[in-house]
Amino acid sequence: MIPNQTTLPKKTGKVKFFTTLAMLLIIIITSAVITDVDFWQLFMNVGQAGYILDQMSRPDWSYVSIVLGPLVETIRMAILGTAFGALLAFPFSLYVARNMESNKAISSVLRFLMNIIRTIPELLLAAVFVAVFGIGPFAGIIALAIFSFGMVSKLFFESIETIDEGPIEALKSSGANRLEIMRYGVIPQVISYYWNYVLFAFEINIRASAVLGYIGAGGIGIFLQRALSQVRYDRVAVIILIIFVVVLAIDYVSNKVREKLL
Amino acid sequence: MATTQAIAEQRPVIQLVNVNKTYPNGVQGLKDLNLSIGQGEFVIVIGLSGAGKSTMLRSINRLNEITSGDIIIDGQSITRAKGKSLREIRRNIGMIFQSFNLVKRSSVLRNVLTGRVAYHSTLNMILGIFPKKDKEIAYEALKRVNLAEKVYTRADQLSGGQQQRVSIARALAQEPKIILADEPVASLDPITTERVMDDLLRINRDLGITVLVNLHSIELARKYGDRIIGLRGGELVFDGPTAEATDSTLRAIYGEAILEEEDNKGEA
Ligand SMILES: Nc1ncnc2c1ncn2[C@@H]1O[C@H](COP(=O)(O)OP(=O)(O)O)[C@@H](O)[C@H]1O
Ligand SMILES: [Mg+2]
Repeated sequence: MIPNQTTLPKKTGKVKFFTTLAMLLIIIITSAVITDVDFWQLFMNVGQAGYILDQMSRPDWSYVSIVLGPLVETIRMAILGTAFGALLAFPFSLYVARNMESNKAISSVLRFLMNIIRTIPELLLAAVFVAVFGIGPFAGIIALAIFSFGMVSKLFFESIETIDEGPIEALKSSGANRLEIMRYGVIPQVISYYWNYVLFAFEINIRASAVLGYIGAGGIGIFLQRALSQVRYDRVAVIILIIFVVVLAIDYVSNKVREKLL
Repeated sequence: MATTQAIAEQRPVIQLVNVNKTYPNGVQGLKDLNLSIGQGEFVIVIGLSGAGKSTMLRSINRLNEITSGDIIIDGQSITRAKGKSLREIRRNIGMIFQSFNLVKRSSVLRNVLTGRVAYHSTLNMILGIFPKKDKEIAYEALKRVNLAEKVYTRADQLSGGQQQRVSIARALAQEPKIILADEPVASLDPITTERVMDDLLRINRDLGITVLVNLHSIELARKYGDRIIGLRGGELVFDGPTAEATDSTLRAIYGEAILEEEDNKGEA
């Protein structure tokens, strides 16, 4: 028996919880005041939300046949963007991984550039490319390719840096050259990670691709933008539903494949 | 044993001439080493941890650069070889590692086939095109280490001893003149140790491949070696037929520690 331990010590968590809550409220209210939020209007808009929801609950099914083409374009943009980016990321990662005996100066410059690319949001990229190449899917594909390149490269070269160096040494001692060492000592160890990251990028790109059209970079997004500006929430509902179904389906398949890979 | 000595005098396949190796941190791995190893010899290199056994073996196929001196493989200086000619010399030297160094996710056959890579054009190798003959060579090599039935098994599904025998098959697939084994049994239990050492001995006897094995254990060295080479502090301190490596001789060179070495295997 534990002697004399009669009173249960107080939990310290409660005080902490309330101070956190108070702090949060203060932060929200001050930022609302600073940014001029009109609480009255916020309240009024709730009424409008009712109207929107009402319209959305009666989708314009005839619109499906019109947005099917753009939907395919969106998927195609995502596929091409992912493919181009991932294709480039493969040799790039093999070059810049620190354990691959590449030129140190060149690979750190390349890594630096890649990190810069990764900080640019893809919407911004797409906006720039729409300005450069004009409205259409090409701008979207390039933006998605650059985004996928950055993402897959980063994840993939970090995986390469964690491999078992033993097989590399074995290949080297058998007289293999650098490319052969990569092909038989490195790639078999990391190829499943690569496909995993490519599919992951694709999942993200499908969502991004749907949004990109909104700023004129091709695909279904432009129809979303149009329906919204025409206040046709019955059509907005159709588009959102379709995107939802496609994203879910692709995520499902992709997840199944990735489970198999690892 | 007398016969292998005689052959050794006829035709050295490995010659070390005044070899020195100083690591960048100043540690002297090898000190003025002179050695000649003949075609078909089974040589065992002994010495305490840090004696320079690995450094010596890895200098022979130039996984290590040496600081001065020369190493001559089958009449050709590997020290001065560059690019393709260096790789061609390496192709004739199979290497076996303590940690097996297999690609664990690949099949046994894939792993053994990598021993053939240096024989073909880079383009064919990138595309993964091995001639049919190579698969036969790989399969033969697996039969030699009694692992023919594991040909399509993933390497990581095998036991340590089996993995080491796959790595022997990989070295054999190179059709090498020399096999270097750096503590090949240090992470294996006594029974698998015996199988692996038996395989190495059989390869030496049947195929006439020169075998050089680094070992911790004096007992194993005596059981398998024709000739024993002793290193201490990077220097050659013993070189002679196994019969001369008696307890008292070794004790005189190394002190008591060398005879107890088996008990503390946990070495880098
Ligand atoms: N890469 C390295 N850098 C610096 N010193 C090393 C390196 N590798 C080995 N050494 C040193 O060289 C000496 C010989 O090492 P090694 O050849 O591994 O001995 P052994 O294989 O006989 O245990 C040791 O003192 C070791 O610490
Ligand atoms: Mg060693």
